[in-house]
Order: sequence, then structure tokens, then C-alpha cells
Amino acid sequence: MRREVPLIITAIFGSFMVIEYFVPHPSVTGFGEMLQQWAIIVVAFAYVLGVANIVRINGEKISKRSKDWPYAFPLLAGLGFMLTVGVVFGVGNGTLFSDFYLYAYAPMSGTMFSLLAFFIASAAFRAFRIRTLEAGLLAVAAVIVMLGRVPVGTEIWDKLPVISDWIMNAPQMAAKRAILIGAALGAISTGLKVILGIERNYLGGD
Amino acid sequence: MNRVECLLIIATFLLFASLAGTPAMARAESDASPEEILPDTTSAQAGAPADPASQAAVWFDPRRVNLLVIIGLFFFLVLLFIRKAVRGRSLYVRKITGLSAIEEAIGRATEMGKAVLYVPGIDDVNNIQTIYSMVILGTVAKLVARYETPLIVPVCKAFVVPLAEETVKQGYLDAGHPDAYNPDNIRYLSDEQFAFTAGVDGIMLREKPAANLFLGSFFAESLILAETGFSTGAIQIAGTANIHQLPFFVVACDYTLIGEEFFAATAYLSDEPKLVGTLKGSDWMKVFVMGALIVGAILETFGVTAFTRWLTVQ
Repeated sequence: MRREVPLIITAIFGSFMVIEYFVPHPSVTGFGEMLQQWAIIVVAFAYVLGVANIVRINGEKISKRSKDWPYAFPLLAGLGFMLTVGVVFGVGNGTLFSDFYLYAYAPMSGTMFSLLAFFIASAAFRAFRIRTLEAGLLAVAAVIVMLGRVPVGTEIWDKLPVISDWIMNAPQMAAKRAILIGAALGAISTGLKVILGIERNYLGGD
Repeated sequence: MNRVECLLIIATFLLFASLAGTPAMARAESDASPEEILPDTTSAQAGAPADPASQAAVWFDPRRVNLLVIIGLFFFLVLLFIRKAVRGRSLYVRKITGLSAIEEAIGRATEMGKAVLYVPGIDDVNNIQTIYSMVILGTVAKLVARYETPLIVPVCKAFVVPLAEETVKQGYLDAGHPDAYNPDNIRYLSDEQFAFTAGVDGIMLREKPAANLFLGSFFAESLILAETGFSTGAIQIAGTANIHQLPFFVVACDYTLIGEEFFAATAYLSDEPKLVGTLKGSDWMKVFVMGALIVGAILETFGVTAFTRWLTVQ
């Protein structure tokens, strides 16, 4: 029964959410909105599990002096600190919690994001090495598109932006839409498999 | 009648019970325009009193009949091929190199005595890619357990933690090695995108897993993860349906599952008839979409717009 009950619940509520898309009746849409609110409440409880996971794994690491245990200490200290600041002083705009988020976390997050620029350069260097005909086509198309998007491209040849736009709007867009259609059909069939209980690995054990 | 057919009948009944038998539906489709039929949701949201009589009459949005027909056709094709597969008909599935490479990557990690890193994306369970990533994780856990290789699963969303724990535990149990399951390897890092990215990068650089599997929904962190993994020399397999991230994975990973290939993983790896049936149903739906595109292009060329207008989703 540990598997059958979740499967039945998934089938009923999964089917309901499909039906809701086609039925604009207030009783149906209202119930659908209520279900989504339930989901938000259930997800909120999951944070307790998340915090418990962090504390258990990193706490054990510190107590056993496992490899790299010093890294666990600032992690737990940061978690405890932000939790305390949030509970004691509140979490709205202008609070201490908000200040730490904006002036400590946000710059660190921005630093991680900025790494992307360097990684794009290194990845592009590898991608544009011409070893095969396909790689050659890719490199030529990329050079045209890049030059077509900057003023110097127009200075070199005024038709470059036109060719660049054609590459983006015709072959690139066609390939992208083909992948998108395939992915969308895959997602729908996966949804069907979950609703019908054909895919059930995600439910875990009996 | 098997369980799948019972569930199908219930689901179909639920679907059509709400659509059929409503006189208003016929009236809605014949007499009035969609704008007249549908309730004014903006006024309702703003707290304005809506007309209960007109709302009670609307049980079907006629503007979405096109989607209903297409989804109905898709469901029919999927169930038809499931039925064929279950009855023993052999269905061909082309070789997907990225999926075949998963076992190779795990084997390599085993030979090197290092861990396998599995990142199930950064989205929550309301994204179908995350759910499907859990399904693939179950298969990967079984393979890993068979070789007794450590499996590290960093998780970005708290709600995914119990799912990942249960899935991996079940995989080890199915492989007959429940004692090898280490709950400390299912690690919740952070809900924040780049805090999670930094955490996974740290795991890759400190613990140096031999195989990195990035399967799920990824966003701007995809290239940061894949390039860091590349710098550690790990064999990398990625799969996502987020098409904007695919070029990054293609460049930085050894194998990439592109869009639909990602959703074919369990059918391909397990060869389970019902799963292969859904795959064939999707393939035939693609044939239908291609046919519709060709017909639409021809009709539009000759100035006939009814077909494309009917297919437009509102």
C-alpha cells in the first residue's frame, strides 16, 4: 500500500491539473489554486529536512574531524547566524538579515556568476578548434554571427549583419524549435507515465 | 484488464466527465465567441462580483479544443504503443551514445576507485525534468551499487532531498547492496543558485569524482559546473531539456543528451516494454507534428490560413 496510495493520489491530482487547463469553471480553477497553495506549504516543511541534512552531514564531519572538516564550520556558523538574525530581527527590507543578504551573499553570488565569462572563453576556445567539417562549419557560422553583432562587422562588410540575422533566424531557429518540440513531447509523455504509474522509481522503496 | 488500463479509463473518465454532458458546451461552441463565454478573470481577481449564472455555465474553454485534440491523439499513440510493447512486439530504439556511456563512466570511476557525482539540476520537483532526473538516478544508483562505487548527489532544493534519499536507497536495495548506501552522500547544499554552484564546484575540486552526471534542469550555472568538472579530468555526461544550456554542455561535456534523449533514458537503459512503448508513441507524435508543419507551410503558401489559425494556442 505504501506505493499504491501515492500512485492513486498522483493519478487523480495529475489528471485534475490537466483538466483544470481546459475547464475555466470557478469551482475547478479555485480548487486548482488551492492545490498549488498546498504544494507551497508542503515545500516549506521540506526546508526543515534540508537544514537537518546540512546539520547532520557537516556536524558529523566536524565531530569526526573528517577530511576538509574546517570548511564545515563556517557553513554551519553561517546557517546558524542567518537563522538567528532572521528570527530575532525579522526578514523584511532594511533589516539586518536583508543587509547581510545584500552586502555579503549577493556579492559572493555575483562573483560566482562572473566566472561564467572566463569559462565561456575557455569553452569557446575548445569548441572552435577545427578538426572536422562540422566543427569547421560551426566555427565559420560563429565568426559570422559574432562579427555581425558588433559595429566592426559592419565596417568590414555591410552584409555581415544580414547574414548573421539569417543564420540566427533560419537554420539556428529551425534546429532550436526541433529540439524544443522533441523535448516538449518527451516532457508530456513523462507526465503521462508518472500519472499512469508507469514511471515509479521516484517514489523510492516499498 | 491491467492496472495501466484501469488508470487510463479513470483518467479519461475524469477528463471527459467534466467536458461532456454540459449543454453549455454546445451553446458555447455554437453561439458565442470565446471572449463572451469565458468569465472575466481580471475582475474576479480584483474582487469584483462575477456573474454566478454565466460562470456556472462554463465547463469548457473552446479556445483550447485544438490542444485537447492533440493531447488526446498523443495519449492515444502512447497507450497504443505501450499495448503493442506489452504484447511482445519488438520496438526498435536507436543507439543513444550518451546513455550507453553512463555505464562506461561508472565503470571508469570504479576502476579508478573514485566516486560518481550525480547533479539532478537546480529546479524543484514541480519541474518534470527533476522528477525524471530522480527516475534516472534510481537506475544510476543500481549500477553504482553493483560496482560498490560511492555515489555523491548534491541537491539544490530541500524538497528533492527525501526523494533523492529514497531513490538512491532503493537503487542500492534493488542491487542487493543495501549496506553500501551512505546517506551522507545525499547532500543538500543550498536553495540559492550560485551558492549551490560553489558547493558543487567545491565537491568536484576536493573529492575529484571520476564521473560527473549532470541530468536535470540547469540554468546559468551549467557551464560553470561543466567547465570545473572538465578541469578535474572527469568523464562528463549531461542531459537537459533547457535548450539554452545545451550548447554549454555540448562544448564542455563528453556526452550530451539533447532534449528528448534525456526523457528516453529509462526506456533505453531498462528496456522495459511499457517505457519503450511511450518512446515510440512520442516518435509517432513527432511524425504527426512534422506532417502538420509541412501541410501548414503548403497551405500558408497558398493563402489558406484556417489550419494554422486552428493550431494557434490561446
